[in-house]
Amino acid sequence: MKLNQLTISEAVIGLKENKFSSQELTRACLERIEKIDKKVKAFITVSKKTALAQAEEADRAVKGKNVFERKPLLGVPVAVKDNFCTRGIRTTAGAKILEDYIPVYDATVVKKLKEAGAVILGKTNMDAWAHGSSTEASDFFTTRNPWDLNRLPGGSSGGSAAAVIADETVFAIGSETAGSVRQPAAWCGVVGFKPTYGRVSRYGLIAMASSLDCPGPMTKTVRDAALVLRVLAGKDRRDATTSFEKTLSYLDKNQIKIKGMKIGVARQYFFEGINKEVVAAVLEAIKVLEKQGAEIKKVDLLDPKYSVAVYTVLQRSEVSSNLARYDGIRYGNDRTQFGEEAKRRIMLGTYALSAGYYDQYYLKAQKVRTLICRDFERVFKKVDILIAPTSPSPALKIGASAEDPMFGEMQDILVEASTLAGLPGINLLCGFTKDNLPIGMQIIGPQFGEDLLLKVGHLYQQITDWHKKRPVL
Amino acid sequence: MISKEQVQHIANLANLSLTKEEIEKFQKQLGDVLEYIEILNELNTEKVEPTFQVTGLKNVFRDDEIETCLSLKQALSSAKSKYNGYFKIKPIFD
Repeated sequence: MKLNQLTISEAVIGLKENKFSSQELTRACLERIEKIDKKVKAFITVSKKTALAQAEEADRAVKGKNVFERKPLLGVPVAVKDNFCTRGIRTTAGAKILEDYIPVYDATVVKKLKEAGAVILGKTNMDAWAHGSSTEASDFFTTRNPWDLNRLPGGSSGGSAAAVIADETVFAIGSETAGSVRQPAAWCGVVGFKPTYGRVSRYGLIAMASSLDCPGPMTKTVRDAALVLRVLAGKDRRDATTSFEKTLSYLDKNQIKIKGMKIGVARQYFFEGINKEVVAAVLEAIKVLEKQGAEIKKVDLLDPKYSVAVYTVLQRSEVSSNLARYDGIRYGNDRTQFGEEAKRRIMLGTYALSAGYYDQYYLKAQKVRTLICRDFERVFKKVDILIAPTSPSPALKIGASAEDPMFGEMQDILVEASTLAGLPGINLLCGFTKDNLPIGMQIIGPQFGEDLLLKVGHLYQQITDWHKKRPVL
Repeated sequence: MISKEQVQHIANLANLSLTKEEIEKFQKQLGDVLEYIEILNELNTEKVEPTFQVTGLKNVFRDDEIETCLSLKQALSSAKSKYNGYFKIKPIFD
């Protein structure tokens, strides 16, 4: 096995036991990137020099006593979605307006990764401003799905998802506003974890929708996602929306009592129109958990079509506000450089917030959002977790998103409700289509139910081996 | 269907410059999206409070004390147009 194919857990053990150095591990990833990224196009910026310097520093620190307790990701390479500010490293958010923007500060997520000793390989491609579910809407280029280079990786964290499954990195960081971690994770076959809103700081994350954005790890295994979450979670004085809720040592006790656990299955999330192979694979995965002793309960949830409408209004409204700062004066290019999708979203958001329309659109959507929150609260009194397909289809072909003003929203129809309610969700690979495309299932939990989701996911990965599969590149 | 004038008005509010073709295209696309959003009216939200954000947090303050912030050089480092320690901008008045 090549070093870049390792998981975080395996890398840390190898580094601790001196089987290899961080520089060797980092170089293995950089060589892999050099070899295949011209085909996959996951990276916008590869920060080779700083990565090797960080790796060198990690190799010195590795010798320290109990250092991995203080720096649990010491020496491990990570790819960061390009909407997280990285000091001194170009940060574009996939947008032409920021094509030469070099931040003078690190996002809290980046700061925490560095403090934990991680090595930053570079910045990954994304739909411009995170507007999209394909990575086709990047202002620079389209990332390819490593399972089929004629297909999309999903989005907006498509670059991060592709980099992980192609073993260009050991792990990656993405962000989700409505599916942007879970959906590309499903299309690429990796673990994509979206924490509860407020669990991880958004400081330094180029804002899309401030009441929805969530940074999240994208990894090869659930155990890896837990290790990253331990580092990232917590209150941040620089982000007033971060929660005072105590963080946990996620997945500390491996064993979970799955016997008697109630898994909710909502027919509204298995509607006619979802790819039949996807439905079959997810139902099979649910059966696997049932055999372990879980109790499957049929539940009813609000039709997801309402969350699509709510999300469309709220996201675009918050976007119109958050993108107002790009005036080309303090940083970046001027507003004539906005791509079409960005303009469209700003326009709709401005309209929804404008005088005379605010009540009809924005306020109404926020009220329906309350109904969605209450709907989940009601259901979580009856079940512990919900399982559903992550995406209505496997990876679509390049070009699929063109000219469809609601492409993203329809692709994310199964994840929007949980995002609006701020709930945590995880995508797990649970099968393949006959075209050898990954199929993802999502597990949704109540607020701050991260530990529960990680435990169930980890158990699933102990009794199945989907997560070991890799594309041939 | 929203009018071309409304589209232009929104573009002005959002400080976006649109071509004639873009105005026409957005007129249709925005109209389609707004039509879809109408389904929200199927749900009764009488007496329902809005949820602006899900954390329930209010008034998260810190002490009003000066902390380290960006230096002048850092703050100006990304500006394309600067002069004498200032951001240079287009004149507001004639």
